[in-house]
Amino acid sequence: MKFAVLVFPGSNCDVDMYHAIKDELGEEVEYVWHTESSLEGFDGALVPGGFSYGDYLRCGAMANQSNVMKALKDFAAAGKPVLGVCNGFQILTEANLLPGALIRNKNLKFMCRTVQLKVENNDTLFTNQYEAGEVINIPIAHGEGNYYCDEETLAELKANNQIAFTYEGENPNGSLADIAGIINKEGNVLGMMPHPERAANEIVGGADGVKLFKSIVKQWREQHVNN
Amino acid sequence: MKKVKIYVTLKESILDPQGSAVQGSLEKIGYGEVKDVRIGKYLEVEIGDTARDVDAIVKEMCEKVLTNTVIEKYRYEIEEA
Repeated sequence: MKFAVLVFPGSNCDVDMYHAIKDELGEEVEYVWHTESSLEGFDGALVPGGFSYGDYLRCGAMANQSNVMKALKDFAAAGKPVLGVCNGFQILTEANLLPGALIRNKNLKFMCRTVQLKVENNDTLFTNQYEAGEVINIPIAHGEGNYYCDEETLAELKANNQIAFTYEGENPNGSLADIAGIINKEGNVLGMMPHPERAANEIVGGADGVKLFKSIVKQWREQHVNN
Repeated sequence: MKKVKIYVTLKESILDPQGSAVQGSLEKIGYGEVKDVRIGKYLEVEIGDTARDVDAIVKEMCEKVLTNTVIEKYRYEIEEA
């Protein structure tokens, strides 16, 4: 399976994402610069964390205007897997690939620590390697991770099982309904504030994030490899 | 040439943690009468001569990129520059 890691000016988790795919999963991966206009030949797209365009104006707003986003929208519309982490999640909401928006953390602080997440829906192409209700440890690092959407959207998210992860025990940023990660209605786009790519090996304090990437690969193999 | 003053604020329904922090600080230093503070953004945009309708251009820019209508609202004034 071949992954694209989108790179914007200011992305800073692109290397971690690349490492998780290449070294921990042993799958193919390439960086794709924001000026590119095609994602042809890729089977999955990863939008990494960081501060695209310095988060000027609004986090994710300028990145959404870049060339590669048109290709990403087509890629998502074709049903291919798209994962956005942290700033990547903010970009996906700005692009309307996911509903809602991310606003300033409730306590106004940038938070960087490992938190507990509960796998709310393990029946997605991103979470099939987790148990339902499994509690996992994944690091966060964000100042604007407070998920918001209107009541109608929240009801839809719940009704369609679109909430993939919630914060367990402590909600670090004040996000609505403890939401840490959501998928789109079609189930092929996931956005989450915590960083699974930073939990890809025990030597960095945990490997709970690996199953997320393994889930994507497993689903893809089942669909594309005959034997 | 037109000068456009654009004011972007969070919708009333959205909690403004920055505003709340400032309100708390004001209260602490003796301004107990301040009941609410909302913090927004102010943009000044200069638009050169164009055959297009300036009002329509501003609205389009606001909806497309300058605001996120999920959480923000905007108002603007167009002046001769």
